Amino acid sequence: MTGTTQTAYVAPAITAPLPPPIAVGGPVGWVRGNLLNSWSNAIVTIVSLYLIWAVAVPLINFLIIDAVWDGAGRADCLPEKVGHSVGACWPFIGAKFSQLVYGFYPWNLHWRVDLTFALGAVLLVPLMIPRAPLKMLNSILFFGVFPIVAFFLLVGGSFGLEHVETRSWGGLLVTLVVAVTGIVVSLPLGILLALGRRSHMPAVQGMCVIFIEFWRGVPLITVLFFATYMLPLFLPNTWTIDALLRVLVGVALFSAAYMAEVVRGGLQAIPRGQFEAASALGLGYWKTMGLIVLPQALRLVIPGIVNNFIGLFKDTTLVLIVSIFDFLGQMRAAFADPNWSTPVTLYTGFAFCGIVYFVFCFSMSRYSLFVERRLNTSHR
Amino acid sequence: MTGEREGPAARPRLAVLYNPKLRGIFYQLVLLAIMVWLGIEFALNAKTNLQAQKIATGFGFLDNTAGFGVNQSLIAYQESDTYGRVFFVGLLNTLVVSAFGIALATAIGFLVGVARLSNNWLIARLAGVYVEVIRNLPLLFQILFWYLAVLGALPAPRNAISVLDGVFLSNRGIAVPRPLFGEGSGLVLAAFAAGIVVTLMLRFWAQARQEKTGQQFPLGCAAAGLILGLPLLVMIAAGFPIGFELPQLRGFNFVGGVTMIPEFTALLIALSTYTAAFIAEIVRSGIQAVSRGQTEAAYSLGLKPGRTMSMVVIPQAMRVIIPPLTSQYLNLTKNSSLAVGIGYPDLFAVFAGTTLNQTGQAIEILAVTMAVYLVISLITSALMNWYNSRLQLVER
Repeated sequence: MTGTTQTAYVAPAITAPLPPPIAVGGPVGWVRGNLLNSWSNAIVTIVSLYLIWAVAVPLINFLIIDAVWDGAGRADCLPEKVGHSVGACWPFIGAKFSQLVYGFYPWNLHWRVDLTFALGAVLLVPLMIPRAPLKMLNSILFFGVFPIVAFFLLVGGSFGLEHVETRSWGGLLVTLVVAVTGIVVSLPLGILLALGRRSHMPAVQGMCVIFIEFWRGVPLITVLFFATYMLPLFLPNTWTIDALLRVLVGVALFSAAYMAEVVRGGLQAIPRGQFEAASALGLGYWKTMGLIVLPQALRLVIPGIVNNFIGLFKDTTLVLIVSIFDFLGQMRAAFADPNWSTPVTLYTGFAFCGIVYFVFCFSMSRYSLFVERRLNTSHR
Repeated sequence: MTGEREGPAARPRLAVLYNPKLRGIFYQLVLLAIMVWLGIEFALNAKTNLQAQKIATGFGFLDNTAGFGVNQSLIAYQESDTYGRVFFVGLLNTLVVSAFGIALATAIGFLVGVARLSNNWLIARLAGVYVEVIRNLPLLFQILFWYLAVLGALPAPRNAISVLDGVFLSNRGIAVPRPLFGEGSGLVLAAFAAGIVVTLMLRFWAQARQEKTGQQFPLGCAAAGLILGLPLLVMIAAGFPIGFELPQLRGFNFVGGVTMIPEFTALLIALSTYTAAFIAEIVRSGIQAVSRGQTEAAYSLGLKPGRTMSMVVIPQAMRVIIPPLTSQYLNLTKNSSLAVGIGYPDLFAVFAGTTLNQTGQAIEILAVTMAVYLVISLITSALMNWYNSRLQLVER
């Protein structure tokens, strides 16, 4: 660098400060940056605001402001009586509530269903909290002991409990029974199928692949029809199988195939070194799998299992097609009640049904996201 | 990893009991024996049960008269036709609703997926709410909702809601005009086909020229002129041979035009919006999988955001998107069997539903139905695998 003697420009005075930049912080800046940063974006924002207004206002009107909160029959939900346009007719849900939850389970035995629900919740909640202790014992209780206890409690016929036909079950009870049985049975079955699919024995592998791909290739409703109409033909005619049990068999086989694919994903994520280390320690196949591989693989696929459960929970609605009245089925049956036939009955029923399904599925999907995030951080 | 791997390989001989190979063969033989025994047992039981219940066997029933009506059929069908024809009517209905559903679901899904990543906070949130609400409600619930609560609430044909003077919404379905092909309409169609062919050739030529000289060709305008303008000119020259037959209210229903039955509409809307929510998530994760550097590189080359998306990001995202997208298409096709819940005459409803009820031949009918869904699944996944292999990165 050579110094220059010639000075090109000297500012005679201090320049005036520039105006402050357009706000980028605070609520105004946020709106500018995220909603109105270009003409096209501003139009999109206005259209979105209109959409929200067009959906939310009638919805709130229907569910809360115009809704009828108490009444004893259809007359209370008619606009002539209320004096303004009627929103949801909540007394209808109140009147049908027991039918929606228990179906036609005998009135004086509802405590058995309540006890089962309570027992399930007491066992499930600590299982879902990562910090809670005694995970092993807890899962044995939930997956092994609880189904048996629930079976004797709900079906009865022994221990001095009155027998209750599954024909009189219904509503949320059936929805939960189908979903929980599906998941509890399909988990061990799915693990076996996944192990079989990764086996080196061609006959075992081939059979597992055919089984899995077959059930995954057909719709659930054909599986339910298979279980309802075809399965009894294949069994000795001295066996009479309960209609609900047939459906449970179908659902279990179907979800086992999906579960097998989820578990396989977990098995593939376990590095080869783990298998080799187990072999080096002299562990046999079942010990390698049971002590080394599966504990790691299953932990990885908890989100997948929960997602499977959400799918199964939603799919339980299909049982209404084979005339088993689950939650949605009971709701549909309730629409036909002439004592509650008003113009808004249908919408009230759909609103309530939708809210219940949404609350169940949404909370489960949030839980699976939470587990996923927890797993991610521990591995990075 | 299986048990037969244990034990050092160097050991010369093993007792027969511990020979991993023999053990493997033994286990497999046991498994096969169990399967064969189960199969025989099932077959024998089925034979006695069918005889006891006096149910016919074999596929002879396909030639018998069905004797029931179907409310939507793409091929000529009447009650005196056979069960075999019912099968094809149902199959076509399944294929139609699946094809329309896939097209609609893809369009909505891509739109919502891109909207979820928009830098407009509001639209991104709205798209998120759509996905969460739709994904967390059972499909059958949604189908019933559309059928009973939305389409069922439409007015009777007498008070039908009219859109653009040619489309009528009523609780009997959606009536739309039917195109009528008069004399000389062949010329118009030929012009349309010629327009497409010439556009394709032009595209080929324009691409070659751009690669050689870098000059771009306004392909969009040329294509619009050729595909739309040319047939329009021919139509004017031939004196408007193609007309429309408008639906008209006569008595209690519409006559003329084409009527989409409410069962079809409800199923189509529910299937496509439901699947779209899943596709939106797939698209979002696919776009997010393309590294940010690609977008930045495109910007630094001077590409505008729209072109960056369509020429840089989406082609790379497609590699991630295609495999899960395939399984969503398959799900949609399989889910179309829920039509039986509202009485849309798809394969499942008319064949495994009504035909099974009438004939009682559960084994044959369910086997055929399941086989059809399996074949559809296999064909779709084969096609998508072929498309996927074309998109994959070709590495050295």
